[in-house]
Order: sequence, then C-alpha cells, then structure tokens
Amino acid sequence: MGASDAGEVRSTCPYCGVGCGVRISHAAGHITAVAGDETHPANFGKLCSKGLALPKTLSRSSRLLQPQVRASRGEPRVPVSWDVALDHIADRFAGSIERHGPDSVAFYISGQLLTEDYYVFNKLAKGLIGTNNVDTNSRLCMSSAVAGYKATLGADAPPACYEDLDHAACLFIAGSNMAFAHPVLYRRIEEARRKRPDLKTIVVDPRRTDTAAEADLHLAIAPGTDVALFNAMLHVLLAEKRVDRGYIEAHTEGFEPLERELSACTPEWAAGVCEISADDIRLAARWFAEGPTLSLYCQGLNQSTSGTDKNATLVNLHLATGQIGRPGAGPFSLTGQPNAMGGREVGGMANLLSAHRDLSNAAHREEVAKLWGVKSVPDKRGKTAVELFEALNEGTVRCVWIACTNPAQSMPDQALVRAALARAELVVLQDCYADIETARFADVLLPAATWGEKEGTVTNSERRISRVRAAVAPPGEARADWEIACDFAHRLGHQLGRDGERLFPYTSAEEVFAEHCETTRGRDLDITGLSYAVIEERGPQQWPFPEGAAEGLARLYTEGRFPTASGRARFHVAGYTAPAEVPTELFPLRLTTGRLRDQWHGMTRTGRAASLHDHEPEPRVTMHPEDLATRGVEDGALVRVRGPRGTLTLRARSSDEVRRGDLFIPMHWGGRFLAGGGVNALTISRYDPHSFQPELKHAIAEVEGVVLPHALLAMGVVADPDRALAALAPLLDRFAYASCGLAGGEYPAVILRAACANAIPEHLVAQVDRVFGFPATRGGLSYDDRSAGFSRVARRLGTRLAAVRLLGESTGSEWLVDLITQGTNVAGLGYQLLAPSAVAPEGAASRGRILCTCHDVPEARVAEGIEAGLDLAALQSTLKCGTGCGSCVPALKRLCSARKREAVAA
Amino acid sequence: MKPRLVVVGHGMAAARTLEHLMAIAPGRHDVTVIGAEPVPGYNRILLSPVLAGEMTKEELQLQGAEWYTRHGIRLKLGRKATAILRGPREIVTDDGVRTPYDTLLLATGSRPVRLPIPGAELEGVATYRDLADTEAMIRASEVYPRAVVIGGGLLGLEAASGLRTRGMEVDVVHVMPWVMERQLDEAAAAVVQRKLESRGIRFHLGAQTLAIEGDRSARSVTIQRTGADPISLPADLVVMAVGIRPDTALAGAAGLRVDRGIVVDDTLLTYDPRIYAVGECVRHRGTCYGLVQPLYDMAKVCATHLAGVGSHYYSGSTQSTHLKVTGIDVFSAGDLSDAPRRQSQVLRDPVNGIYRRLVLEDDRLVGGILVGDSAGASRYADLIRTKASLGPLRKELMFLR
Repeated sequence: MGASDAGEVRSTCPYCGVGCGVRISHAAGHITAVAGDETHPANFGKLCSKGLALPKTLSRSSRLLQPQVRASRGEPRVPVSWDVALDHIADRFAGSIERHGPDSVAFYISGQLLTEDYYVFNKLAKGLIGTNNVDTNSRLCMSSAVAGYKATLGADAPPACYEDLDHAACLFIAGSNMAFAHPVLYRRIEEARRKRPDLKTIVVDPRRTDTAAEADLHLAIAPGTDVALFNAMLHVLLAEKRVDRGYIEAHTEGFEPLERELSACTPEWAAGVCEISADDIRLAARWFAEGPTLSLYCQGLNQSTSGTDKNATLVNLHLATGQIGRPGAGPFSLTGQPNAMGGREVGGMANLLSAHRDLSNAAHREEVAKLWGVKSVPDKRGKTAVELFEALNEGTVRCVWIACTNPAQSMPDQALVRAALARAELVVLQDCYADIETARFADVLLPAATWGEKEGTVTNSERRISRVRAAVAPPGEARADWEIACDFAHRLGHQLGRDGERLFPYTSAEEVFAEHCETTRGRDLDITGLSYAVIEERGPQQWPFPEGAAEGLARLYTEGRFPTASGRARFHVAGYTAPAEVPTELFPLRLTTGRLRDQWHGMTRTGRAASLHDHEPEPRVTMHPEDLATRGVEDGALVRVRGPRGTLTLRARSSDEVRRGDLFIPMHWGGRFLAGGGVNALTISRYDPHSFQPELKHAIAEVEGVVLPHALLAMGVVADPDRALAALAPLLDRFAYASCGLAGGEYPAVILRAACANAIPEHLVAQVDRVFGFPATRGGLSYDDRSAGFSRVARRLGTRLAAVRLLGESTGSEWLVDLITQGTNVAGLGYQLLAPSAVAPEGAASRGRILCTCHDVPEARVAEGIEAGLDLAALQSTLKCGTGCGSCVPALKRLCSARKREAVAA
Repeated sequence: MKPRLVVVGHGMAAARTLEHLMAIAPGRHDVTVIGAEPVPGYNRILLSPVLAGEMTKEELQLQGAEWYTRHGIRLKLGRKATAILRGPREIVTDDGVRTPYDTLLLATGSRPVRLPIPGAELEGVATYRDLADTEAMIRASEVYPRAVVIGGGLLGLEAASGLRTRGMEVDVVHVMPWVMERQLDEAAAAVVQRKLESRGIRFHLGAQTLAIEGDRSARSVTIQRTGADPISLPADLVVMAVGIRPDTALAGAAGLRVDRGIVVDDTLLTYDPRIYAVGECVRHRGTCYGLVQPLYDMAKVCATHLAGVGSHYYSGSTQSTHLKVTGIDVFSAGDLSDAPRRQSQVLRDPVNGIYRRLVLEDDRLVGGILVGDSAGASRYADLIRTKASLGPLRKELMFLR
C-alpha cells in the first residue's frame, strides 16, 4: 500500500478506454481531489466531465465492507469472515466440479478489472479448474472489434495511435458518438480542426449526435446497415479506380473473391438499404481514398449480429486504399472500458488464450500449460456471456462468480438474465458496491477494493499500458480483486488436490504483471521489456515493447507485414445481413441504444455524483416528432415502449436527431434508477456468430401513449444520498412509471419521479416519505386535498427548502428542484412553496436544463448570452461554460450557429 | 311635507343604512335618529384595536357632524326609546318626548349575555359590547393587575388580547373544548391558542365558571373543568364575553312578531308595513346574525326599499369574520360543518403559525378557515357567496392571493 497520510498519486481514470492520466490528491485516508495528469500522453492534463467528477463518486456508505453469505435463497445474507466466505465458495465450487465437471462453474468478469486481476482470474479458470468458462463484459463491448482485427490483420491489435488524429486528413467515425463517449479524444479532434480547417470528418450514425452534427458529412444510415455502406464505398473506389493496387498486390490476399462480392454492391443499391443518398456514399468513398484516413469506431459496429463483418469490411477499405501503417491512417477501434484491452491481452475470455494465443491451436495450448506449469489447458471454447447466462438458466452451469460487473443491468434481455441468476445454484458477486442491481441475486458478496485503492496496470485504446495506483486504503475488509482470486485459488486447490499455492504464489500485483509479461515473449504484443519500474521511470508505454526495446511502437504494420500465416493481411468477404430483428406490423420501430455525455455504463459510479445527472435528469426515449404525432403523443409525455421481450415506461423526447422509425434510449439507467430495469428489458440477446457479441444496438419495438394521471414526485437533500437511492430502488417497480436520480447544485438532492394509473396507495407514499424525512419533525409544511388525491408536503431547514413530496400531480417540480439545490432563501415564499403552479412564485425562477456540468451553467443563461450577441469565446469568458472539460462545447457551438441561422433567415 | 323616517338605534346597521339611503335618495325623508349611546354611530368592530391601544376612539367615528348636518339628519343621542306607539305612529323616549314617524327603522342591535352566576353583579364585572365597556376596561387595566375573561369566542379573545397588551395578567375561561368553536375547527383553534399563549395568555378550556367572589368588587373567579376539582383564579376585572342576544324588548312590547329576533322578510320589513328592522336585532329566514358583513348586506337592501326603489332582496349572508388581534390573522367564512358530500382541503405551516382549511361540497366552496394568513379571503368569500363552480380552480384554490 503506497498510501501515506496526504499527498498526490498518479493513476489512470477508471472510465472509458481513452485511459486518461489523473493526479489523485488524498488526505487522512480519503481522496480529496482529482486532476488531469499533464504528463500523460493520452490526455495531457485534460479530463471530461465524468473524470472531473470522480471525487464526488466516492461515497462510502454503499460500499461493501465485509463478506456476506446466505445459507439459502430465502434467508438474508449475514456478514462473515473472509475465511468463512471463501471456504464456503470453495466447498460449493469443488462439489460442483467433482460432481458435474469443471465446466459446471464459470466466471463472469470485467473490462474494468486491472490486467493483474484479469490474469489471475483467467489462470484460476483455465489453469487450476480447467475450464474456459471465463468471460467478461468486454463481450458486450469489444469482441467484434477483436474478431474483425483477427479476421483481417491477423491479430487483435489496434494499429493506430492517438497522435494519428493530428496527421489525418479525413476522419471516418462510424458507430461512435465520441463527443459523449470519448470526450478527451474528441477535444483532440476539435484541436486538429482548429489547426487544420481542411480536416474532413465523416460520421456514420443513425442519429444526429453531437459528433454527427459537427461532421462535414453525416451519413444517417438505417441502424445496422453499415456493411452495405462499407461495401458500396469500396465498390465506388473500384469503379473509380481509386484503390491502391500496389498495396493490395504487395501486402494483402483474398481481394478477388471480394471484388466479385462487391460487383453488386452499387451505391444505388446501398442507398436503398441504408436509406441515404448514393451521392453521399460516393463522396464519402472519395474522401476516404484521398486520405490519410483514420477510422474511429465503437459500439455501433461492435454490438451487432454482424459486428465482425462491420469491423472487417471497414478494415477492407483501409487495406484496399493502403490507409494503414502510416501516420494519420488506420482502422482505430475505440475501447469502451478502461481495460478491455488488458483483458484481451491476458486472454481473459472464453474463446481466447494468454497473450493473443489461439484456443484451438494445440501448440499454443501447450505453450500456456508449460508457462503455468500445468499438464494442460482446456481446448473447448468456454461459454461466452450470453451463452453463460443461457447455461445458468438451463442448469448446465451451476455456480457463477461475477466480479466488477453488473449483468443484471448491462446484459441484453434482462428477463433471461434475471431468470438465470435466480436459477443458478450459487451466485458469487465480488464488487465494491453493495447496492448494484446484481447484488439482489448474490448468495455471496465479496467486498472488493476499487479505483483509488488498487495497484496494477491498464491498457488503453492505443495499446498504451499505464499504471493504476492506490491513493488510499480500501475501507473495511475490502481487498484487491487479484488477491481475492489468489486466496480462493489456494483454498480450492486444497479441495481439488491441486497445488494452488504453487500456481498462485503472488504477494503483489507487480509479481503478477511480471508473469504476464513473460507469457507475451515472442508474441505480437511482446512486452517483456516492460516492468513497473520501467513504467515508473519512463511513463506509460505502448506495446509491443520487447526486451531490449527503448520504446514501444506508435503504429503497427508500417512495413506492411501482418501477423498471419502468409504475412499478408486478408480481405474479408461479407455481404450485408439484416439485424436479428426487422420491424414488423406489431413492432414497427427500431430501437437503438447509446451513451449520454455525463453518465457511464450502469451508473454504478457516475450515478453517485449529483452534478452528472443534470445534463439528462430523467430517463427519456428520443423519437421523431412525426412518429410521436402519429401516435398522438406529446413531447415530454410518458410512453410505454413495448418489445418482444419486455416493456419500459419512460418520458418521450421529441427530436429530429433520430430518423423516422427509430427510437433511442440511453443504456445507463438500470433497476436502481428506472422501473422496469432499463433499456435491456427490450434489447435482444442474439449475437454475432464469430464474436459472440450480442446485438445491444438494435431491437424492434412499438411506442404507445400511457395515461398515468396519478403522479408522485419527491425530492430533497438527505443525509446520505446513496442510502436514499438504495432505499428507493426496491420501490420503483411498484409504480407504472418511476425513475430516481440526483440533482446537482450547492445542495445536491435525491429525486423520485413516479406515476400510476390509479391512486397511489398510502402505505407506498409513506415508504417514499420516510426516505425524504417525512413526516417532518421540524420545518414541516403540508397541503392536503385528500378526496381529490392531491397532497403536498415540504420540509424546511432554516430558510432553505430541504425536501418536498408532491402527490397526485407534480406541477412546479422544475422550480422546486432549483430552490432545493441552490439553497435559495424561501422564507419569503411561505406556503406558496406548495402552490401547484407552473411558474415559480416571485423570487424563485427555474434554471432549467444544465448545459455545462463543470461550471453549473443552465442552457437558459447560454441562450440569454447568445441573444445578447455573445459568440462562443465571449460565452466562455463571461459564463465560463465550456471551459472545464469542454464536453458541452459542441452543444454551445450548435446553439450559437442556430442563432446565426435565425439571424440570417430574418 | 316629507315623510318622516325615525331610526331607533345608532349602531353600525343604522349608520350603514343611512349612508346608503343618503346615497340613493338624499332629501327624500325627514330623518331623526334616536340613540341610547351619547355618541353618533361608530365602528363597533374597531373597539378591540381601541382596547389594545392601537386606535383612538375618535378614529371609530363613522360620519362627522358635518355629514349629519348636510343631510339634515336630526340626532337625539343619549336618549333611550321606551315605547313604540304603532297606532299614532310615535316613538316615546325616556325624556317623555314623542317623536312621530311615517316609517320606522329599528336597529336596536343586541345585548351582551350576562351569566346568571353568584357574583355577577359585583363591581369589576364587565361585558364587552360598546365604547363605554371598552373605556371601563381600559381604566381597570391601568389600576388592576389581573383579569379573567369568560368566553373564548371572537370577542373574548379580542378582549383578552387587548387587556394583555395593556399589561394585565389574563386568564381565558371557555366552556367549549376549543376557542372560537363557531368559526374554527380544532386544528385552527390550536394555532390561535398557541399564538395567544405565546403572548402570555392562559387558557382554561372545557371549564364552567361557577362563581365570582369578592366583597364589593370582584377578587377571584371559581371555575371547574369537567371531572376536576374547582379552582380559583384571582381576578380584579372579570369580562363576560359569552355571547349576545338580539335586543327585541321595544319591538316585543309593541306587539311586533319576535322569535329570538325581530322577524323580517326579504325586504327587511317587519310584520308592520311601516316598520323595517336591520342588524343584530333581526331574525331573517330563521337566522340571527352577530357579524358585521350580514349587517352591511341588510343595510344595502333595506336602504333601497326605504328609498322607494326597492328591487333587491336580502336572501341571507355568508358568515365571514376576521379576528382583530394584531399579529394573528384569522378569517372564517361560510359553513364548516361536516356533511356527507363535504370535502376539505387543509394546509398546515406550523413554523409560520399558518393553518388554512377550505370546505368543498361537490364542486363548490362552502366554507373556509384561514389562520395566520388571510390571503385570498375576499375571493373565498365571493366564491362561497356566489356558489361558483370551481372546475380546474380547485387545484390552486388554497393558494389564491
């Protein structure tokens, strides 16, 4: 533990795969501040709104502090010692392995684990137990990118680097809303545009996201039709003789069969499939060929039943134009998680083997067995994520150990996942938080250390390995993930009569890393030249970094040699296939999912920072105004989204950012924040046949207006927001509609919004009331029109409004939340606080939506500024908006230019 | 020769009727006013501010001498009418003078009730009705330290508050379980009581007054709570504020129909076609009123009939009242009783001493209590009076300003 009483520690941000360096300040065992690390090559000191808010997410009240075990499903879990907990699991695992074989147990782990954690879990499954049943949430995230790279370039290695953004003449961004999902990289694009105004950006996205809105060319294709687009672009390049025949000849193979496949893929054909213009396809192809072109892509390509094909047909374009292996060019897969890359490197997935080795290759298996000192490692592909939960449901896998991930929120087809977890004989959950959706299903909870408390390494999107360092000690009895796995391995070894101590001799994360480095010797990702000491001394390094190297490689394949049998890259032949579900009469709409600017994944971490809720305070489904109109639904009304697997009730947001016929629901809200469990109640678990990645980005649905006239809205400043949210979560499903969250400001508040078709029962209201401190013992204010079903209560603390609960209807909630979070003096408002008025009483104006989270600037103030003639620079200097993380700059620009257009039109 | 209008009584009802009459038909009558009190009509509801020292008695004056002169109204003040001779159409006063009338307006008001208990006749036992009572109480407060107010109704509380303001120790003895029970529900009464208690007034609720002790003047009051032993409260001044009775002696003696009050029809005419009656002395459609708003309503209608342009009818009033105690805003209007189709809206703000209750029947407002804040009072009174359908207003009703 490197933590002293106070000081600063350099580490890496725990969110996306950009892998920004952070400086963590700590004092008296607590993290006090987080800032960007100016020396880190991923971000040079910049952080996004999420990274900047890290100190606000470290609530300890919902941390898991002690192992807990329940003897049987009906009983409550009780706190136990580590010995008792791990022996209990070892007993159960050993029993299952002895009776039903090693494949009756499984591990479901996470791209947020550090490489060392990953390494130990992988070795535990494949080396000690002898099962390949170890898969991770990276399966939901990056596995199509892996399969796409391997199918074409021969290895799972993103060939480009961040610096290529500074050299590219054309950026081809597909299935990625970088402005929201990878903001710090997007800042770099903005910088590049400023320096080189002729930089062209093409964005392929069904939605007009912030990223798309700023593109020179936005191809708003029908969801899931990327392969048709990429094939047609290559068709155009062939027809116009813009391919690089020299490169194709020298460095690739398999172009002829591809040419045959492409002959029918005319831009006119693709225009029909993709629902865009053929001319735009031609233009995109020409810009792409001119180059240097850097492709940046993410879940829009990966989360698909044709994800591998989407990835590989995009790589085809790079190979055919020679846009690879040189500055500013290459297919660059952006990573969603901080260490999906590290997990892939150690082989921590059901179809991978250590250091990019092949599971089906006997020589590779032998190498690994030898490295580990075991007789053999299993050859049969293990259960990948969806298969794993299907197997739990069928009873073929009996015991599952889940670490650092939250499948009861993040997996598609939640009905299946929850049934599987309920059916499993033993569910172990190793996590830092006790309140996540999956915890409800856990028979054993193991308290893990989390970010800021752990030592290890992560690899970011550009193959750069950075250190993650501990600033403070973990609370309670929480331990590092790799340590827990080692301790368990020793105990299980005894049960199985295998030498766990010999296989898992580690006393530090550094020792694990050293062993991992050794497994990479001679492989494409050789990092035998790296050690903690080297990283300490020379900073984060890119792989490969073999022994004796002075530095890693910025770019791969610069010589045109590829890690395939022939040394040539392979063209991938694939035709367009429709998504697993196509719209029907019953479900005529296409549902797509994605990210918000200020939330990450299932909000386990970001959901604890009140300010991160302000940009999108309430779960909404975005749909086209005409689709709303034909269903007779108003903007902002509650709707029921129905699909073949489930339904979800939430508010409708009308916007032509989405195409007619498309729906968009962000992925973040799960059962902790939304009744019905979030968008994964609707998503489909069908997966890509090569990558096994499920099609989280495409499902069919229908939307209908719902009449839920009985509203309940409660909000207030509570002593412990985490505990309040945890108390509200189990109540959500008792309403037809319910969502809870936080609201930022000087006095952050907890909010519950709910509605029912019939009057809300009093005992349920009372349960909600308790969470918000009602009935108030002091400072109370109440209004009751019982027979009409209206009632309102408020609690004041001195001159501040601390909490309100509105029953029956919720007019006025907008200005009430502002009064609470701003700490406004409400003494003068008296009981008018409870007036059901859309307009705030004198002296209590609503601030509306917050645009800039860093400096707490409402959109309304920005609009006033623009009205007064301020441009972007002036807005930034007067209001400070867009001067923190910069995530709101695209939106600011859009507002400024909209104003300019109006002025011109006028 | 103008018709002669004689007005007996010169309280607020009489004064208001004359004001209306002079506005509609000045000079139509030859007017004589006979009043027992030695001063012209004054605003009786402002006696409490006078008692509390917040107003002077001069400020109570409704009309100056100049107004009476201008309208040729003769005032006979300090004279008590002793008989109505309906045959010769004359009024006899206590100086033996007879004043003839063509039209008579009775506005004899009401008298305070005196409890028939031992010691009720002692010196220092007062009622609270007119300027003389008020001045007597003020004088007592300057000399004596302790007062007991019997009666926790509107007047009792105003008296208690005024005496307390003048520095006396004050106990309020009330026979009902809560104060102002005719205008307030228990919750509202509790708010009012707490406010008065915070000023140092003590309350004895659900308590009978058994006797007043003293040699020549009052020294103490014996009271008894149900089921408890009698206790004695020291008192130098005892104010009885236990209600009023319509003063119908004159009318009754003249053979007019009296049933608790002088019975009038919707034009305020008694059973004698030459005699009208207005104010607290009348009984209209079975109701005797003790609050100021109904008096004003009657005065307005009666004046039109006196003026010979009678087109209005009096159909009864919504009872609404303000408690006039500085710093304690209390408004009560309409019907607050529970009934099958009745529903209530209630607002409580204990921190600010506010309690508001609105009583609805179907889609109409029928009654309301506002304590601590009377915002919207006049609109509520209108809604109650007009029986207007509320519709969407129901949602915001409590918050009207």
